[in-house]
Amino acid sequence: MVHWSAEEKQLIASIWGKVSVEECGAEALARLLIVYPWTQRFFDNFGNLSSPTAIIGNPKVRAHGKKVLTSFGDAIKNLENLKATYSKLSELHCEKLHVDPENFRLLGDILIIVLAAHFGKDFTPACQATWQKLVGVVAHALAHKYH
Amino acid sequence: MVLSANDKTNVKAIFGKIGGHAEEYGAETLERMFAAYPQTKTYFPHFDMAKGSAQIKGHGKKVAAALVEAVNHIDDIAGALSKLSDLHAQKLRVDPVNFKLLGHCFLVVVASHNPAALTPEVHASLDKFLCAVGNVLTAKYR
Repeated sequence: MVHWSAEEKQLIASIWGKVSVEECGAEALARLLIVYPWTQRFFDNFGNLSSPTAIIGNPKVRAHGKKVLTSFGDAIKNLENLKATYSKLSELHCEKLHVDPENFRLLGDILIIVLAAHFGKDFTPACQATWQKLVGVVAHALAHKYH
Repeated sequence: MVLSANDKTNVKAIFGKIGGHAEEYGAETLERMFAAYPQTKTYFPHFDMAKGSAQIKGHGKKVAAALVEAVNHIDDIAGALSKLSDLHAQKLRVDPVNFKLLGHCFLVVVASHNPAALTPEVHASLDKFLCAVGNVLTAKYR
């Protein structure tokens, strides 16, 4: 069981409260597909991913990014119980989607960079440290049911 | 993984924007890395880790200078960092995984100070460049 201090919960809430799930989600997923192009392997049916411009403008990328970050929001609401919260999603990613859990770590780090770009100085080292812990724990929970 | 002509242009451009702030970025990169990844502090048991520490500033300056040197010799990073590569292999022996952590924190610093300049394409190029630097520094490990 992961322990979250009051300060960590505050740092998470203060950032999350100001995040546009749609914008940040779309940007994070687009950057994942651009910076680590091999991640495109999971999105054959997304249409045009042939250039950064195409990826950024792709409506399926935007929609899926929003979906992913919305789910992240569920994690934040259930910090004390992440493994249970993500149990079914973990099974899905393993059994149906066949996603290497390394990709969760890559996306987590990209999200951190997107947050840094949005929040600038407010994304302090302490803030980053808390969010690195959060994305790590989310990635771990998502990988937990893999077999 | 090879740096394309575009990557080189992007990296030179963003370092141009960073300009004289490189040393400051180096120090902030280390500060963030030590905060987010406490295990990295094991390589600096002799350091004062307090905020604004002279040692962190000094070491940040060294790290930044090495990155700038690599940018200035981007066609031959291995050549430019050969002595540093020897040092890391023979003396420092920092586990290779830590270069990824440092690179990530450098990206976070650049993103927080220059969000408009760190477009997805530049982000990709800079990430590749930082990987290349890490690869050079660990190339002689075994």
